[in-house]
Amino acid sequence: MRKVGVVGAGMTLFRRRLQETPKELCYEAAKMALDQAGLTLADVDMVVSGSAPDAFEGIHMKGEYFLDGCGGYRKPYTRVFTGGGTGVFSTIAGWWHVASGLADVVLVVNEEKMSSCQPHPQSVFAHIWDPILDRPLQPNLVWIFAMEMNRYMTVYGIRKEDIARVAVKNKRNAVGHPCAQLPDPHITIEDVLNSEVMAWPVQRLDISPPSDGAAAVVIASEDAIRKRKIRDRAWISGVGWSIDSTMWTDRDLVFPEYVARAAKMAYKVAKISDPRREIDFAEPYDPFDYKELHHLEGLLLADKGQAPVLTREGVTERDGDLPVCPSGGLMGVGNPIAATLGIKVGELFWQLTGQAGERQIPHDVRTGVAQAWGDLMQYGCVVVMRA
Amino acid sequence: MTERVERWPGVELSASDLVEGKVTSTRFRPNAKYAWSAGEAMSRFLAELQEGRLVARTCDGCERILFPPRMFCELCFRPTDAWTYVRDTGTIETFSISYLDKDARRIAEPILVGVVSLDGASPRMGLMHYFGGMTKDEIRIGMRVKAVWRPPEERRGSVLDISYFRPLREAER
Repeated sequence: MRKVGVVGAGMTLFRRRLQETPKELCYEAAKMALDQAGLTLADVDMVVSGSAPDAFEGIHMKGEYFLDGCGGYRKPYTRVFTGGGTGVFSTIAGWWHVASGLADVVLVVNEEKMSSCQPHPQSVFAHIWDPILDRPLQPNLVWIFAMEMNRYMTVYGIRKEDIARVAVKNKRNAVGHPCAQLPDPHITIEDVLNSEVMAWPVQRLDISPPSDGAAAVVIASEDAIRKRKIRDRAWISGVGWSIDSTMWTDRDLVFPEYVARAAKMAYKVAKISDPRREIDFAEPYDPFDYKELHHLEGLLLADKGQAPVLTREGVTERDGDLPVCPSGGLMGVGNPIAATLGIKVGELFWQLTGQAGERQIPHDVRTGVAQAWGDLMQYGCVVVMRA
Repeated sequence: MTERVERWPGVELSASDLVEGKVTSTRFRPNAKYAWSAGEAMSRFLAELQEGRLVARTCDGCERILFPPRMFCELCFRPTDAWTYVRDTGTIETFSISYLDKDARRIAEPILVGVVSLDGASPRMGLMHYFGGMTKDEIRIGMRVKAVWRPPEERRGSVLDISYFRPLREAER
């Protein structure tokens, strides 16, 4: 396999509603990523796009609909989809195009426009449930996360306030992000604990918002990087992905085994034998505050049930030993499902090339891990990147 | 970035911009309807529900009793072997107290919902369902529960043939 690097990243604002069409959002993010890499569309061999279910935007064949904005026309172009995991998975698809030697430069563009679905995208989430077993109960998507969070809290005896710390940290981290939808420099644990109960134990400030937005990265081979004298690059040194059974009522939700499998695969590819010593910072998927903790354990960066302790001790703060979600995460920057690419893989690139500005981790970081999660609490994908 | 980027693209809209027509938009309401064939395992499962029974499948490969039933074992990747009944009592594995309905509208009286693992199936194999006959302060993980069935004439061959799961009484243990 060839050595592969990320050489540019771009993203739009993340907002509850944006005026631009999906195509326009794709174009803006893609153009910014190409400009950052010092490349044009003519340099791009292949294009990968990623987006969540078509129903949010109400346009089937969404990948075809916005392909012009992705720069995909008359090129080998593929839309990939792994639920919420798409935010990181499309980069893995771009990686294999280049690692295999099929392409030298690949443009990866993810887009989501959830605001088109009226009055609330929640009604469309209903269509992910099993039509026979689950749908007659008229489920709300928040239910399953509430159930997972409750089991996680109960089995390990985790207090709600130790989970709320994640929301506080990430919304504060997001203050330094120019695209952030919900940054809050003054938020406290009490604010989270006193916010509206949606589906206990999930409260309003435990949950990321629906968002519109797009993000893109440019991926290139080592040869292309050398030949074009590209200065800013971060190497993709490991990739992994795994999915668990859709029969979610037959799984113990206390530990994300699928994330652990994806992480082990990525660490093996990256030749990482001791992730806690070798990984300097992490961008795990945090659509809910407890998910950051759950995923840190799945990524083997914390013992089972111990991620809240790391958070309480400040280890995961931006200036801690293991900064987690220095971008501000989905909790602070927003959750345009697939477009979270910009705050996961994008943030790794910006941090590892020293371009994160106000969000830059104050100490030297050489290795980062990004992870996304999706489908019925069953999909995990992991990318390890090095400076 | 982020340092070198001067313009972050995107024009923010408020809900009223769309609802009150302050920005140009178009509208469409799909009228999509579906009929799902329940398939082999679920057809028997639903028919048994109408009779007030919960049915599972056994797998001789992993020796699990699979509930909800399926015709193939995802672990052994082979056909499952036989039908067997599990009991209508079980344990609450997890739950939520929901103030949201299916469209994320707020509701005053919360829904108690969760996963119940059924006695007689392999460990932790269960079903999502409602809980009743208990308050939001009483419900807890590990609580023993029993199905409350709808009267036979009201059953339709649906998971809703069970109204909810209520606390198991001392005499029923």
